Amino acid sequence: MKTFLPIALGVAVLAAVPIFVHSNVVLNFLVVTLMIALAGQGWNILGGYGGQYSFGHAAFFGTGAYTTAILQANYGVNAWLGFAAGIAAGAAMGGIIGGLAFRAGLRSSYFALVTLAFAEVLRILASVAPITGAGVGILVKLDLRAQSFQFQSRASFYFVILALVAASLIIARLIERSRFGVWLVAVRENEDAAMALGVNATAVKLGAMIVSAAITAAAGCFYVQYFLFIDAGIGYGTWMSIEALLTPIIGGVGTVFGALVGALVVKSLGEGAKLITGDVPGLDLMIYGAVLVLVIRFAPRGIVGALADIYARFGRRFAASRKTAVEAVRG
Amino acid sequence: MLSPLILIAAVLNGLMIGAVYALVALGLTLIYGVLHIINFAHGALLSAALFAAFFAYQKLGLDPYLAAVVLTPGFFVLGYALQRFVIGPASHGDDRNMLLVTLGLAVLIENALLYAFRADTRTIDLAYGFKSIDLGFTFLSLPRLISFVAVFAVALALWLIMSFTDTGKAIRAVAKEKLGAELAGIDVAHIYAVTFGLGTACVAIAACLLIPTYYVNPSAGNAFVLIAFTIVVLGGMGSVPGALIGGLLIGVVESLGGFFFGESLGQVGIFLIFIAVLLLRPRGLFGASA
Amino acid sequence: MAEPLLVVDGVSRRFGGLLAVNAASLSAPAARITALIGPNGAGKTTLFAVISGFLKPSAGLVRFAGEDITGEPPYRLARGGIARTFQIVQPFAGLTVRDNILVGAHLRHRAREAALAVVEEVGREVGLGDVLDRPAHTLTVSGRKRLELARALATEPKLLLLDEVLAGLNPSEIRDIVPVVRAFCARGIAVLMIEHVMQAVMSLAEHVFVLAEGRIIATGSPQEVAADAAVIEAYLGHGAATKVRNAHG
Repeated sequence: MKTFLPIALGVAVLAAVPIFVHSNVVLNFLVVTLMIALAGQGWNILGGYGGQYSFGHAAFFGTGAYTTAILQANYGVNAWLGFAAGIAAGAAMGGIIGGLAFRAGLRSSYFALVTLAFAEVLRILASVAPITGAGVGILVKLDLRAQSFQFQSRASFYFVILALVAASLIIARLIERSRFGVWLVAVRENEDAAMALGVNATAVKLGAMIVSAAITAAAGCFYVQYFLFIDAGIGYGTWMSIEALLTPIIGGVGTVFGALVGALVVKSLGEGAKLITGDVPGLDLMIYGAVLVLVIRFAPRGIVGALADIYARFGRRFAASRKTAVEAVRG
Repeated sequence: MLSPLILIAAVLNGLMIGAVYALVALGLTLIYGVLHIINFAHGALLSAALFAAFFAYQKLGLDPYLAAVVLTPGFFVLGYALQRFVIGPASHGDDRNMLLVTLGLAVLIENALLYAFRADTRTIDLAYGFKSIDLGFTFLSLPRLISFVAVFAVALALWLIMSFTDTGKAIRAVAKEKLGAELAGIDVAHIYAVTFGLGTACVAIAACLLIPTYYVNPSAGNAFVLIAFTIVVLGGMGSVPGALIGGLLIGVVESLGGFFFGESLGQVGIFLIFIAVLLLRPRGLFGASA
Repeated sequence: MAEPLLVVDGVSRRFGGLLAVNAASLSAPAARITALIGPNGAGKTTLFAVISGFLKPSAGLVRFAGEDITGEPPYRLARGGIARTFQIVQPFAGLTVRDNILVGAHLRHRAREAALAVVEEVGREVGLGDVLDRPAHTLTVSGRKRLELARALATEPKLLLLDEVLAGLNPSEIRDIVPVVRAFCARGIAVLMIEHVMQAVMSLAEHVFVLAEGRIIATGSPQEVAADAAVIEAYLGHGAATKVRNAHG
């Protein structure tokens, strides 16, 4: 139980925010940020823990989003069922792309390329296919009732996305402590050595991909419920692929809170920049690009990683000085 | 009934466009062959070069073919600096970090262009921009024909550099066996930077060749570079003949594909080829094992 | 007498025009230490790669506990009881020593508690008990070799393939590790080791196979093999056997 204490504390702090904050602008910012954090946590499972860097995670965001949008708009399916279906569809897409890529033994750059290509193919197809609304996209009907997964107040949306993020944090923690997680990290560190120790690397990577895709797809489904609109550029566009990888990299790959911290930092930077220079297109992504380069150059383990390093260094010195103090008292 | 002459015209057109694809792919494969990284920033650099050529014409009145004389060394220096001072130091010895850094640069450069110049598409109007040669059954666009010839000239120049200059030999040494080259006294960081500079210079030349008939906006380079990736993977990572042949091939495929299936599906077709090659034969036609 | 635990039967491996391993046959019985020696480039590591599933042979069979395991992938062999160490040590550099060994321990134990207990035990056995919480990349060469052993041991193997586990160690470190290896046999594990450090081979191995230019050229006890003319020629060159014999009178 104590292993989930940090998560419980973090979530409790975030849950308290709407008590003090009533501004719709701020709540909107937080909702979008948490949604990006969720998408990023999905990437983190595969990229952070598994070391397989996908450059096309939009494939899962968009698949989740389109699935729930199409089911609701074209077939009148209940929004919550649509949500579940979207997650399942995302997971399936993860299974397909991962199955193809990992069976073919693709690693590193080649894996990044093939995921990029799949996302692009989906984007182009979605922009011309009638079922996805072609160039126009899909609009979901406004129906502000809880059973339609739409809410009057921003705060309600906030709690829903917070719950989803909390679930993703718990999933990450469970994976960390499980055999699957140990094997996944081993594959990341050295795939051949892991195989020699009995790890079925392909199966492990595929499993991570499916979980990863499902989580990012959930973010896509949420997007549809919040904005009631989806099109090819939003669902499968490179912006999402980039934000999904950026947030955990900056926050700390392979950590439970990395994606959340990264999302808060990155989005705040973006908003801050907009406040200073105005909402010019390209500004936020430009900053993201610069931050990514700087983080990799100077702090490749991200914020959480850097903090852990500092803690380790001072922790050892602190422990050493404690030891001498204790000995002095005893002696 | 489809006249074979129309098909021949489509093929010729494809060859000329393919030549420029090949030049862009050439830069990419050179970088991969020596540094063993996939330069995700290649497309953004192409966009930047297109803007540079555009402003050279608009502000300085420089004809693109003349601008190439200035822009090529300029972009060589840019590429050199990027590799030497940003990408190289950021790698920390891990391939994956380099992927991320080049991706970060791509996002940074493309959006810096977007921020500075907005998304409007621009073109330049040149006197010879629409000139063409009458072959009887079809017209060959003059600028495209010039590109075709120029690309082979560049490929020849690169071959001469690689074969006969000390730097070229050093590059080949580092590509083959980095540790050995280092032990032999070659400054690997410098060679990496030179190679990256050469790859970027290729992109600058390609931009100047393209601009008479192509458009300029921040994401123009991306469209090109995804095709360049396909070519490099198809021709074989690090293989120069692979990039050239692959480029011409893809140019023809795109021309015929667009002719029969329309532009969007033509693009999807290229990506599907890309994915198929990655999954089935990652080393491509001429490359070494992945 | 029952078939030995590991039987390699006429294995060949070709790389294009190069025949790296040529119809090599050897065996390794349980609870014994068997050595595979030979000059550099003889094909020993290639043969190991075939036995441990990292390469498929061009011809021949590998049998383990009576079953044909030729061409099986490494992870399945590990589950069947074959563990190997690598010539160039490959620790999970970013993880602690404990987490490194944990990967191996999890093969037989799904639950984290049980696996961690195995880690403690194995860590102590190879002499890493004091450094379990250190990052693996801070270990010395000798420590990393022990870590390779510990990880492999944690998978509770029946056969341990050691690829030059003594390389890079100084004489006192070798002296310290030898009893650790010998202790494995006491538990019934079969050990097949590639080794260049002759003093260790002589004192540890009960049976030796000599590989030269891809072929097994001699087999027997360490003493028999050391006196074998073909072996001397393989290491020291043509005509060396006569010279050695003449020098010793």
